[in-house]
Amino acid sequence: MSVHATARITAAPDGRGGTALPVLESDGPLALRRTRAAAAVPGTGTGLPARVTVVGAMSAPLGGDRLALEAVVRDGAALTVDAAAAMIALPGHRTGDGPADHAGYDMRLTVGESGVLHWLPEQLISVTGSDLRTHTRVELSPTARLVLREELILGRHGEAPGTVTSRLTVHRAGRPLLDQQLALGPGASGGWDGGAVIGGHRAVGQLLLVRPEFEEKPVAPRLLGDTAVLTPLAGPGALVTALAPDARALRRVLDDALAELYR
Amino acid sequence: MHLDHSDPYTDAYLDPHSHGAGAVRPDGSRRALRIGLGGPVGSGKTATVAALCRALRDQLSIAVVTNDIYTREDAAFLLRNAVLPAERIQAVETGACPHTAIRDDISANLEAVEDLEDSVGPLDLILVESGGDNLTATFSKGLVDAQIFVIDVAGGDDIPRKGGPGVTTSDLLVINKTDLAPYVGSDLGRMASDAKEQRGELPVLFTSLTGPDGVAPVAEWVRARFAAWTA
Amino acid sequence: MSRAALLVLADGRFPAGGHAHSGGAEAAVRAGRLTDARDLAAFCRGRLHTTGLTSAAFAAAAVLGVDPLALDEAADARTPSPALRATARKLGRQMMRAARATWPGPGLDALAAARPRGAHQPIVLGLAARSAGLGPEDAAHCVLYETVSGPATAAVRLLSLDPFDATGVLARLAPDIDKTARHAVATAHRAVRKGPGALPAASAPLLDITAEAHAAWAVRLFAS
Repeated sequence: MSVHATARITAAPDGRGGTALPVLESDGPLALRRTRAAAAVPGTGTGLPARVTVVGAMSAPLGGDRLALEAVVRDGAALTVDAAAAMIALPGHRTGDGPADHAGYDMRLTVGESGVLHWLPEQLISVTGSDLRTHTRVELSPTARLVLREELILGRHGEAPGTVTSRLTVHRAGRPLLDQQLALGPGASGGWDGGAVIGGHRAVGQLLLVRPEFEEKPVAPRLLGDTAVLTPLAGPGALVTALAPDARALRRVLDDALAELYR
Repeated sequence: MHLDHSDPYTDAYLDPHSHGAGAVRPDGSRRALRIGLGGPVGSGKTATVAALCRALRDQLSIAVVTNDIYTREDAAFLLRNAVLPAERIQAVETGACPHTAIRDDISANLEAVEDLEDSVGPLDLILVESGGDNLTATFSKGLVDAQIFVIDVAGGDDIPRKGGPGVTTSDLLVINKTDLAPYVGSDLGRMASDAKEQRGELPVLFTSLTGPDGVAPVAEWVRARFAAWTA
Repeated sequence: MSRAALLVLADGRFPAGGHAHSGGAEAAVRAGRLTDARDLAAFCRGRLHTTGLTSAAFAAAAVLGVDPLALDEAADARTPSPALRATARKLGRQMMRAARATWPGPGLDALAAARPRGAHQPIVLGLAARSAGLGPEDAAHCVLYETVSGPATAAVRLLSLDPFDATGVLARLAPDIDKTARHAVATAHRAVRKGPGALPAASAPLLDITAEAHAAWAVRLFAS
């Protein structure tokens, strides 16, 4: 039996310099918990961010599932969303003779004026036989700030990967800022593991930072080792694109880049 | 289908302004005279460009486009030797095929000369240096107004006799490194008569850039071309 | 449509600057990811289904009349590498020069005036195809063929690869090219109704990463 579930978060200023969560709705496997925020985001004037941890999605999605997570950060609010564990895409049940249906996981993130969103989920692990399509859509106001991390791991340790298609679409002030889609695994078009796309690596990640200041002062493009790079987008964003042999090495590259960009 | 005056494309075929070969810039001003320098590897093209810049830069507003095999080496040489300010030197990358960039697909070079005119112009003269190539490499008429082919005595005194498009049809043939002739056993007289045989009335100049003002005859030739261009 | 005009536009000798670019092959050779004809096939196939699909869809959308400036902005969003954005615009400007001299038309003139430093090349190619009386499938095929023929030619030069092997790789990609062109055109038709957001955004991390490394090399044979 496949699951259709939509979880929702709305973050709004609490009137005392912090952020409240007027909406915090778990649904199906997407269980949301308000957790203790670590620290205010420097330089934003938004006070202590609200923090939400996704605790329940480790064994979903299965084939056929349609999951969605919506987060709205209202003007002047600050929200951090993270996860208690990696999300594992699993194969679905075959119905009749046909192939198992794919699973879908959509994220819709909206950040208002002077709002701050840190979207820092754990890895998405694509296991043998799974087929997951995910799309993250982000709408940013001109003065919104965003930190967004995305990590795809192809297979558990030593395992052949499933198929995963992941698209990240970011608009700022209604205009396209970043649009990237990766299609990897046995169900993807040919050449995905060749020298143009991921070349045998099993961990692929992106770290996106959007800040109004980047409009005037974009980051300089820089290599972060042989298989990772920091680049300025055509708009006020900085993107780290990284490949690594495994999840741990990938996280190290992205963490180092984040620490440096926040220095 | 035949081409006649009702063909809307005919004028485009014949209109050199549509792609950059015309003598007038979009704003109506006269563009710079463009002179190409080609020739085999090591014959002294870059040294000739450097010497021409030194000889002419006080009278003319000059810029240089280089076409390296390995990108930017020649541009770097010109920069190191400070023959022109850096903003007057542009390197075009040629994808391991320098003759393609000056003859078959001149689009990157046209972009470079136009960018130079836009950024440091008005310019009187743009020298377009080819990457070192073989004896068949010549410049397209869509890119340059005149071309100089540079060979040297050390490359073998039979090069003029062998001919080839560069030796035969260039507007000026420069035979460089005459100071080396005694050491490499090259016969300058024979080179001159072979060149005359191949080129008829087209001029040939012998140079030794190691001597004082060694480039003077070539600079004189360029001045004459410039006078004709602006006449 | 004129099949002969398609040949002119698709010809590797069409003077629009492509010969100086390896499509990432030079960096892949240096990194040891491209060493023989088998690697070349995987490299080209990966390129075809990522940057090739995306670029072909943009070219087809330009043929179908989707606003070229909106396409240009959407192409920027799909090109996170500044080195590749610069390459796309440089080649776009060169394509514009060649196209206006070959098939002049108001669509090309308008884009040239709006983006004097060059628009993303596939968009210019789409307008050139339109000006030449070609259709969206033609433009998509041109882009896709160029996507794979560029690295194949470069591999012949960089690896001294047997040219028959390299051409064999291209020939065996033909069914994939046809299929990808159809896909690109289908999304281009969607973009006519829904805007450039409906176009694919298929990306290739290694091409993005190595493009920045390659752009910083002091000595290289190809511009990209």
